[in-house]
Amino acid sequence: MPITYTSQDQVEVYRFSAPVAIAIPLAALFLQAFLPLRIHFFSLFDLPLLVVIFFAVARRSPVAGLLTGSLIGLLQDSLTHQPIGIYGIAKTVVGFGASSLGAKLDVDNVGARFLVTLFFYAVHEVVYFTVARGLVKLTLQWNWGHEIGGALLNAATAAVVFTLLDRFKQRA
Amino acid sequence: MSRYRNVSILVAILFVQVLGLAVQVKRRTGADESTRIIRLWTVSAVTPLEKALVWCQNGLGGLWNNYIYLRGVRQENRDLKFEIERLRLEQVRLSDDAQQARRLQALLGFKEQYIAKTVAAQVIGSSGSEQSRSIYIDKGTAAGVEKDMAVITADGLVGRVLRAYGSSAQVLLINDQSSGVGVILDKSRLQGVIKGTAAGEVILEKVMTDEQVSPGDLIVTSGGDQIFPKGITVGTVMKVSPGADLFLNIRVKPSASLGRLEEVLVITKKEDRAPSVAETNSVRAVDILTQRLPSVPDKPGADANRPATETPAKPATAQKPVPAAKKASQAGAKPAATSAPSQPATSETETSEDKPH
Repeated sequence: MPITYTSQDQVEVYRFSAPVAIAIPLAALFLQAFLPLRIHFFSLFDLPLLVVIFFAVARRSPVAGLLTGSLIGLLQDSLTHQPIGIYGIAKTVVGFGASSLGAKLDVDNVGARFLVTLFFYAVHEVVYFTVARGLVKLTLQWNWGHEIGGALLNAATAAVVFTLLDRFKQRA
Repeated sequence: MSRYRNVSILVAILFVQVLGLAVQVKRRTGADESTRIIRLWTVSAVTPLEKALVWCQNGLGGLWNNYIYLRGVRQENRDLKFEIERLRLEQVRLSDDAQQARRLQALLGFKEQYIAKTVAAQVIGSSGSEQSRSIYIDKGTAAGVEKDMAVITADGLVGRVLRAYGSSAQVLLINDQSSGVGVILDKSRLQGVIKGTAAGEVILEKVMTDEQVSPGDLIVTSGGDQIFPKGITVGTVMKVSPGADLFLNIRVKPSASLGRLEEVLVITKKEDRAPSVAETNSVRAVDILTQRLPSVPDKPGADANRPATETPAKPATAQKPVPAAKKASQAGAKPAATSAPSQPATSETETSEDKPH
């Protein structure tokens, strides 16, 4: 039966092969840890977050989205010296939200991807700051310029990176 | 699809339970240190790739520098030879000063921590987060690196080892908000604590508002925290402003380029040592002081017939060191410094004027 697609009634659901589902998050974590050493500016990016949003939106399954987000977030926490779970919680929320949104809306075009990433970057930062300052008692400073700049930068990067990652999608 | 559903759920549940265990269980990674398994797994997965990439990068860089980019090598060689000669001269001057300092410290009984052994390491990764200012190096417990060892570069202090794994280690930088270093201002000898901020800046705390601190003042480690040896350059004062409480707000520019680290040294062994007086060639304190104080010139010809043995033992004050050759020429045939090196230079002139009754 041919799959019909409309933005209101039905959206496509994708899946990824196991090697891709493992290699892409690991590559994102590796680049996030390595590139800021050489390009100091790169610390503004959050590649693992972009990967969480991409997988969540593509799979369009809230359970899969939150599990992907929690796993990638926990691994990202493991590379810091902060308690494990701050990024985990933030990316769990993003994974769940992005997949829920992706189940209802068409987010496969560049503009939609830009806006979705912009929104969920802000959600991620708010959750992270809330958990870090409320639970862990870290002294963090909310800098509007830094956060807005980071959101725009990551959203623009997502528009490019998602296009590259589209080749790994397989129709479910 | 339903054929694999049960297996998928089983794998997922098992994975979650393993993950939970990895988060809870700690594994011993050092003499008194244990780390969560999930950290070990993640670091073990990421650091070999980082090491491989750094190795490739260094290899390509070496190939380029050693075989391809040879332009200007001859001139650079000449410039470096000139620089070496200049540094050798300066080293001689500095070693004289250092010897004097050691003699004085021996006399006053000071005990300092000296850097006895270091291990060079390459920086292979970072935490990837702006809220965690830490780096990963390619040396671990196998190379003798342990927790709380100081990490430095030729420019200055970098931080301390936070966790040591088998073949890598995590280093907390001094600009992290959870970092703290006991320091002292080089000129005024004021003590304080260097801390990092959430924005990655370095500030000096615990300096009272009535103290004098100027931009450009050099800051070095005080050695009081028993982690960092004394005297390591930390940074320079950048900006001073009054704080809300009793302390100054002092912003510091770190000497080491914390954002561009490539190679570091881990101080793996320190020695507590007081320089012994035996190392100082048996020089009396009074003689060290008299050598550095101005002297009264000899009366011309007044002491030509006075034998050296009649020189009184009274120590001179306000005496400037007079070179032995110059003094011999002034006093004629009298052997002044060589026969009695511990005697004050102008004791003969004092005898006629200041001899105590």
